[in-house]
Amino acid sequence: MLEIKDLHVSVANREILKGLTLSVKAGEVAAIMGPNGTGKSTLSYVIAGREGYEATKGEVRLSGENILELDPAERAAKGIFLAFQYPVEIPGVATMTFLKAALNAQRRARGEPELQTPEFMKRVKEAAASLGIAQDMLRRPLNAGFSGGEKKRMEILQMALLQPRLAILDETDSGLDIDALRVVADGVNALRAPERAFVVITHYQRLLEYIRPDTVHVMAQGRIMRSGGPELALELEQRGYQDYIAQEAA
Amino acid sequence: MAARQETVARVASIDVDAYKYGFSTDIESEKAPKGLNEDIVRFISAKKSEPQWLTDWRLEAYRRWLTMTEPRWARVHYPRIDFQDLYYYSAPKSTPGPKLLEDVDPELLRTYEKLGIPLREQEILAGVETRRVAVDAVFDSVSVATTFKAELAKAGVIFCPISEAVQTHPELMRKYLGSVVPATDNFYATLNSAVFSDGSFVYVPKGVRCPMELSTYFRINERNTGQFERTLIIADEGSYVSYLEGCTAPKRDENQLHAAVVELVALDDAEIKYSTVQNWYPGDSEGRGGIYNFVTKRGDCRGRNSHISWTQVETGSAITWKYPSCILRGDGSQGEFYSIAVSNGYQQVDSGTKMLHLGKNTKSRIISKGISAGRSQNTYRGQVSAHRKADGARNFTQCDSLLIGPNCGAHTVPYIESKNLSAQFEHEATTSKISEDQLFYAMQRGLTAEEATALIVNGFVRDVLQQLPMEFAVEAQKLISISLEGSVG
Repeated sequence: MLEIKDLHVSVANREILKGLTLSVKAGEVAAIMGPNGTGKSTLSYVIAGREGYEATKGEVRLSGENILELDPAERAAKGIFLAFQYPVEIPGVATMTFLKAALNAQRRARGEPELQTPEFMKRVKEAAASLGIAQDMLRRPLNAGFSGGEKKRMEILQMALLQPRLAILDETDSGLDIDALRVVADGVNALRAPERAFVVITHYQRLLEYIRPDTVHVMAQGRIMRSGGPELALELEQRGYQDYIAQEAA
Repeated sequence: MAARQETVARVASIDVDAYKYGFSTDIESEKAPKGLNEDIVRFISAKKSEPQWLTDWRLEAYRRWLTMTEPRWARVHYPRIDFQDLYYYSAPKSTPGPKLLEDVDPELLRTYEKLGIPLREQEILAGVETRRVAVDAVFDSVSVATTFKAELAKAGVIFCPISEAVQTHPELMRKYLGSVVPATDNFYATLNSAVFSDGSFVYVPKGVRCPMELSTYFRINERNTGQFERTLIIADEGSYVSYLEGCTAPKRDENQLHAAVVELVALDDAEIKYSTVQNWYPGDSEGRGGIYNFVTKRGDCRGRNSHISWTQVETGSAITWKYPSCILRGDGSQGEFYSIAVSNGYQQVDSGTKMLHLGKNTKSRIISKGISAGRSQNTYRGQVSAHRKADGARNFTQCDSLLIGPNCGAHTVPYIESKNLSAQFEHEATTSKISEDQLFYAMQRGLTAEEATALIVNGFVRDVLQQLPMEFAVEAQKLISISLEGSVG
């Protein structure tokens, strides 16, 4: 599903990703772990197409198609979803309005008919109920004044609604207490499907107790340094990232 | 993939280069000679067959004006205006005065059709389910057509060109003209008092709820012509009126001066709702041309429990200098100011309001939304004051600015004065950017850059749009989208 080969990315003329290679299959949950400042968020931005995160070398393919030339909206329509580490507030725009605009924009881009209000409402309400999101929150401006936990749940709600092919979760666990973490993880697990891939970026092993990954990749210094199964996460939890940092110094 | 740059570029290009109303009408006109002196003032007064008192009033204003200097305190910059290089009177030749719609030059009617303003009553009447709006249309210096006059007269409402009111209702004119904005008020208002050409006059009698929206469309057509219209609205005890003005002008390379005066008088328990959709030509993408919109608007809540509300959507003009204000004189009176000011290209906006609390238990509310894009500068300037007798005065001010792109500016200049300990004034201000974060976030969910910008801007102005009469709210929303977006509606 996702093929990244020898990807080099510079931000403000500083090279952050230095030859990153990663492959994630359909149906797979891949965890990316690594110390702070190693380019994990940069990786999520470059896949989603954020301006200013330009690939200087290498390629990113989604189901075989090179996506680096597409703008963020086009990538979204192709099924790439990014759950933000810091979801953005949009004052004055009701959450419901935003969700409908987003969903229908994607449907239009794919040549599908727009969803009418009753059907849309039904889907939102179902998704909201399963994530413990109150109706009242859907009428409030998007993310404005939401708590950290509410914002993260809203990200998962959007994911459930947009049904992406590739979902990237950027430190979705940060700032969540254990109950909220469980709700969010349940939301993600409910969306696991053979045709859908997840890239779960996290700093800690904790999230992976709730979202069991198929593969774990250690990222440091702008590259994937090591890949393995779920056991790798446990090893990291015990030993930390020092091996990988030391490696650079040597 | 430089989506944001593209948006900014698009925003910069649209409003200024694709000004929809930029055509000019080829019509013969009668003008006073260029320049300003007492003879010109007398000429204008004579053209309108005015009584002596009004001629004298104009001359007094003119003499006063000679002693005044242009205000320089606003945050706007422009070359000195040569007031002798302007025409102060221009009238389409076929229209010596207000007359029946059938007599109006078809070329003029076509102009208004192009502007989307229905002047033909029959057409409006034929229109199914359209809410009716009475229209007064002012072309350069004269009013060319007022619709629905007869029907309004049935309700006792007077809605006519101000030049006609001078003839038909001299007692009201003498009593109220200059009673809110005195002839000596400020440089531009005084100039207007000397040379005002036309405008609308409204009188709503006691206890009457005006049966339809009243509306005036102003159009500047002639080159080098100043437009100085004057509007006077009087709501007698217990009456209600909602009034809307719209403004457009052709594209011209030179700057054109528009110095209007609007006076509102609300007596006991009366309510006036005054809405403006201002879309004068803003100048081109290099900042050439465009209207200088130097306007004095003031409402006097003269009676007990009277209520005046100003709503404005300002998207046009090279320079806007206006502060629709309320004098809260009557006990228990209320003033409101809702504003959306959009600036783009090289536009400069210095606008806001004054709420002067004089009476007891007076209330005011200010919601101002400034949106700056391109290389524009957008300033909110507002004054809230409580007189020492204004027990229990209350004000709430909310002033939000939104910046689009890196080259524009937003400024907030509030003046708050209270001479009464029981007054409660609240002021909230925010400045935000349509940030790369917001744009990227919305685009990541599938919205194009234009859709994302439109959504964010609409969210930003929502609480003000809600104040406009419904059909105009839709128009205003479209106008804002055109000003900022291009294809996205």
